[in-house]
Amino acid sequence: MQPLLEVRGLTKSFGGVAALSNGQFTLRPGSVHALCGGNGAGKSTFLTIVMGIQQRDSGTIRVKGQEVSFSRPSEALAAGVSIIEQELSPVPAMSVAENIYLGREPTGLFGRVDFARMNANAQDLLDSLHFRISARSLMMDLTVAELQLVEIAKALSYNAEIIIMDEPTSALGEAQADELFAAIARLKEQGKGIVYVSHRLSEIFQIADDYTVFRDGRFVGEGPIGDVTRDSLIEMIVGRPLTEEFAKSNSPTTETVLQVEGLNAQNAVKDVSFTLHRGEILALYGLMGSGRSEIFERLFGLTPDLGGEITLHGKRVTLSNPSEAIRRGLAFVTEDRKVSGLNLMADLRDNICMARLDELSTFGIMRRTREASAAQRMIEAFGIKTPNDKLVVSGLSGGNQQKVVLGKWFLTEPGILLLDEPTRGVDVGAKREIYRVMSDFAAAGGAVIMISSETDEVLGMADRVIVMRDGRISGEVARDALSANSLLHLAA
Amino acid sequence: MTGKTHRQDFKAYAADYGQRYGILIALVLVCVALSVANEFFLTQRNIINVLRQASINGILAIGMTFVILTRGIDLSVGSVVALAGVVSASFATTSATAGIAGAPYGFYIAISIGILVGMAAGWINGILVAYFNVPAFVTTLGMLSAARGLTLLYTGGRPVPSLTPEYRNVGTGDVFGIPMPIILFAVVFIAAFLVLSSTRFGRHVYAAGGNPHAARVSGINVKRVRMMVYVISGALAGLAGMILAARTGSALPQAGIAYELDAIAAVVIGGTSLSGGVGQVTGTLIGALLISVVNNGLDLMGVESYYQQVIKGMLIVAAVMLDQARHKHA
Repeated sequence: MQPLLEVRGLTKSFGGVAALSNGQFTLRPGSVHALCGGNGAGKSTFLTIVMGIQQRDSGTIRVKGQEVSFSRPSEALAAGVSIIEQELSPVPAMSVAENIYLGREPTGLFGRVDFARMNANAQDLLDSLHFRISARSLMMDLTVAELQLVEIAKALSYNAEIIIMDEPTSALGEAQADELFAAIARLKEQGKGIVYVSHRLSEIFQIADDYTVFRDGRFVGEGPIGDVTRDSLIEMIVGRPLTEEFAKSNSPTTETVLQVEGLNAQNAVKDVSFTLHRGEILALYGLMGSGRSEIFERLFGLTPDLGGEITLHGKRVTLSNPSEAIRRGLAFVTEDRKVSGLNLMADLRDNICMARLDELSTFGIMRRTREASAAQRMIEAFGIKTPNDKLVVSGLSGGNQQKVVLGKWFLTEPGILLLDEPTRGVDVGAKREIYRVMSDFAAAGGAVIMISSETDEVLGMADRVIVMRDGRISGEVARDALSANSLLHLAA
Repeated sequence: MTGKTHRQDFKAYAADYGQRYGILIALVLVCVALSVANEFFLTQRNIINVLRQASINGILAIGMTFVILTRGIDLSVGSVVALAGVVSASFATTSATAGIAGAPYGFYIAISIGILVGMAAGWINGILVAYFNVPAFVTTLGMLSAARGLTLLYTGGRPVPSLTPEYRNVGTGDVFGIPMPIILFAVVFIAAFLVLSSTRFGRHVYAAGGNPHAARVSGINVKRVRMMVYVISGALAGLAGMILAARTGSALPQAGIAYELDAIAAVVIGGTSLSGGVGQVTGTLIGALLISVVNNGLDLMGVESYYQQVIKGMLIVAAVMLDQARHKHA
């Protein structure tokens, strides 16, 4: 069968540095092909060239046997290649139909937009895909998963045969991801080809038919997913044999460091009680919107006190603002580092020092040498890959950015780490380092509460799991009783 | 992606250099061109003149830099210049009708009153922006109107004349031949430079402007920072108002109209991003000097003042276009 997309010997350098050499890729019709690789592997370069955003130095790209050379994304779209980017950019105040037909609205008399026809077309399209979304609803009223589905519909409205999905589940919970996978299965049935980029290996094994691995800007290997084990795939991605995916060296003690009693928080979080022990990694598991992040926000003083008691090291505390929480030894790695973790316009040093300015200054005057040495310490401790600490953090890869956030918080010498989806959007290698950091921190006498939507991660790292449902605790599972089934059962 | 970090590293350096030196190079080029075109330009008298012209706008622009760094804007500075000027002058006038009871008061009292009036206006702006979430544009537009109205009410629309000699000294005096306004401008610049580059508050300003969410999570009191920048802007507007009144010898209720525009222009030309978090007062200093040099040069060459406004407008837009082009590449 003729491949939908066939790429051979794709090469691209920036200023003499090869970003991609000999990139190759073959996509069969009616298949999901996972494109795997760490940050910096050359995936983005590959995708931007295929989409015509950047130009290649050499190599061939064939779409359905026809050699192509796109000089801009619209040409790729016209040839049936479309991409659903990791960060969606909908027009929030416009309807679903308006977003799908943006820039090519069907027009009627005197160039007036024919809304009736546009809505009808869009609704037909959505219905044919079994998406339960009204074409008239506004984009801002949709969930992230629904926005993804609208993007898929939009891609298909261009008669796309090849759909590239870049980390489509990075902002989705498990149930929503399943909805997306069902949609992908239907696209496969229609003979479309999906290029699927994800750092989540369990997803790749769940939905992909084939895989291709890039590493350090080179093609490493390809094949049917059935011929590869999880471990050997990780090995290909990381480039060295791995001992254990989840490094875990901590063991919980019985000493209580944090006790929460009858805590209420925003978005209907009610009557939450739990204890956290020294040396423990406690996971908060649950679907999106089950109230996990709200508990963190309350504990960190970001949202108002709505009742409940918090006891820290045996002492009642209010935790009414973040600076109090920091002073009392809490650190909060938020869910989205770009939104609330980093100042993307500032350099590494300023970001790392941001939560520790009081201690790095004397009477309000910053001590530059202390700032520099603090930044240097964290860069070394976390192995952040950067030429120096004056680099603006927007230029770092996702994994390195996440390490900057961790560095910022470790600089405050916390006793309790609150981690909200700590490995979202980071590659396998960086994930393992983050697991190691967590476990070392707990082993050294710290305590960790981790929110995660990835079941594997929870099973691998947690000593105990609290499952949330609709703003309440629906169950608690000890490590020896943990299983994916028990978690899903309690969460759903 | 492998090359990306190197490339971005280089671009970041290039952008940094561009930001630091691009506008300085423009200033130097304009100066060289003007000194060739006009023999009077490089004389000591003219240089002093240029600096003095730059000082009031420069002081306002430095306050504006703090505000813009936090993603805000302060449209009220022109009106606050007038309000602080007339209130302060009413404490320093020898006129029996224009002053308040007991005037003239001592120099320090009159000056303190002027600064306090500016701070009060800024404080109201800051409270509304930071704690009541009123957009800065709207809040300070309101203050622009209200402060002007208060100025006219306070004076009945008449100037406050006959200021005491000590007070006038703020505008007309000099130290070792350097006029007082230039010295005050220099002091304000150095203080602002040190605050932004070397103090905890400076770090807070950049963090709160760069990413307010991340700053808040990091324990920075973002609301207080946002309020403080308006107080700073107001205080400097008060200072500028008194310099202006002292220079002209009487405080005019119509003073400072549209001054906010030149102040914003200096900040923007100086490379401070209107979306916050990025910029330096050194850029603002150069921006204010550039505006002043261009005005002066056009004066010397006998260009009609109406043309000057057109040229200044083009200068502002060109500076921002350069800035945008740079960000696109970075």
